Amino acid sequence: MADIGIGGHQPGFGSTVRTDSWKRGPVLTFLGLSAFIVYATWAAFQGAHYYVGPYLSPFYSPVLFVEPSALGAAPVEHAWLGAWPAWWPAFLPHSPSFFILIFPGAFRLTCYYYRKAYYRSFATTPPGCAVGPRAQKKYHGETRLLLFQNLHRYALYFAIIFVFILYYDAFLAFSYHGVPGLGVGTLVLLVNATLLACYTFGCHSFRHLVGGRLDCFSCNAACGVQHGIWKKATFLNERHMPFAWLSLCWVGFTDLYIRLISMGLLTDLNTWEGF
Amino acid sequence: MAERHFKVWRGDAGGGQFEEYEVEVEDGMVVLDALHRIQAHQANDLAIRWNCKAGKCGSCSMEINGKPKLACMNRLSDYPEDFTIVVQPIKAFPLIKDLVTDVAWNYEQNKRIEPFTPRPRGADGEHRMMQDDIERVQEFRKCIECFLCQDVCHVLRDQDRKDAFAGPRFMIRAASLDMHPLDTADRIPALKEELGVGMCNITKCCTEVCPEHIKITDNGIIPLKERVVSRYYDPLMILLRKLKGLFGGT
Ligand code: SF4
Ligand code: SF4
Ligand code: FES
Ligand code: FES
Repeated sequence: MADIGIGGHQPGFGSTVRTDSWKRGPVLTFLGLSAFIVYATWAAFQGAHYYVGPYLSPFYSPVLFVEPSALGAAPVEHAWLGAWPAWWPAFLPHSPSFFILIFPGAFRLTCYYYRKAYYRSFATTPPGCAVGPRAQKKYHGETRLLLFQNLHRYALYFAIIFVFILYYDAFLAFSYHGVPGLGVGTLVLLVNATLLACYTFGCHSFRHLVGGRLDCFSCNAACGVQHGIWKKATFLNERHMPFAWLSLCWVGFTDLYIRLISMGLLTDLNTWEGF
Repeated sequence: MAERHFKVWRGDAGGGQFEEYEVEVEDGMVVLDALHRIQAHQANDLAIRWNCKAGKCGSCSMEINGKPKLACMNRLSDYPEDFTIVVQPIKAFPLIKDLVTDVAWNYEQNKRIEPFTPRPRGADGEHRMMQDDIERVQEFRKCIECFLCQDVCHVLRDQDRKDAFAGPRFMIRAASLDMHPLDTADRIPALKEELGVGMCNITKCCTEVCPEHIKITDNGIIPLKERVVSRYYDPLMILLRKLKGLFGGT
């Protein structure tokens, strides 16, 4: 072994004595997150086929403005602020998604779990445990450039609002043109809102704010209530990683499902006998 | 009796090399047993630190096939029979000899944390606390100070930032005091500055190696980061505290 370090530890990026398949995790994470980012960006740029029957894609909800001429667009009455604004730059597609994706995007970007995931698989600091990290002049962790991560709780506040909006979308999907009913799409939207709720309410910042910040849970009745909520948030928090992935995959799938029906490439099974 | 192949680091701070050993092994043996057999029959001067052989003293920390582990808790049967077991000293601390390192730096970190500062006793002269309140910190009290988490933490191990970060072991030590229902000291400024909680990038290697299965990152470091956020970075919280101060609240 040439140039062996003290203790047999080699310095340098990726160096390790580990013989197990430590690369699998970061590689899968890299591929999974990249695939999602590529699909979500593509879907956001379409500005079309995001609405069919009573179903609205979560990538486009809530709809602030609608471009009524787009294929598979929501009806103008559905938009919070009406028809597409004239001030919108001409070179950008008329996609309602652009107004809202920043919120779930910021929430996931600053999420403690995703931070771990992309620090390991994209930033390689480190790529694996006891594996040499990418060389840096001086490591500063989450101080300096990454200080913005400390505002994660503000992204959480918006994410909580989105959970209610997405449940409302699922609730609307129980009726089409005033006729109560149910379709596979309704269930897809319901599962989407639920997975997102499980992910959101398992957030570390949420867990801190609802009770983790206290040192004494039994000091008075209010603390007792907070302890109860904290325990439930802890239950979800312990499953934060699976919910992060499940909700991510499902939200992409929900958009794809609605898109394909809107494009006429898939038929939704429902009680309304077609849209 | 079967034979197993070992590669053990031999040397000191000046240099050294891996030495190879064939060891007769029996069912149920752990890596520490094999090392003792090497010491008894092939290399009497092999330096190993150990004490309890029960995973409770935290002395036998080393790196086995590249992973920080307790040698006394790592069974040979965990590896395929024809597999070479590679044993090294931990990387993050200065090597004394063979598998023994100088972990004194860790004890220095401990001294930087403000000790337990309980509130005055109740009228009956007792300190009372409920199980619900103490449960959280009981997890942290399981620590056996093996320093495997300190060894694997890239901030100390690879980034050479011992000047800026006390390490995961001392984050949970600080958490065990800061979350204690009787404690009154304020360690948040120290956590932000000298102890350096911001240096941790929550990549969770400490949690992966902890032999006591303490959820160091999720239950210790991240909650501490959130406490630091409330104090120093959350504009609403800062405003709220200012208003409370202004109107005489606590
Ligand atoms: S989670 Fe933080 S303390 Fe733990 S090993 Fe990673 S950087 Fe170090
Ligand atoms: S926290 Fe776990 S890994 Fe770290 S010193 Fe304590 S027992 Fe060892
Ligand atoms: S920690 Fe993951 S959403 Fe907040
Ligand atoms: S000898 Fe005590 S922990 Fe291994």
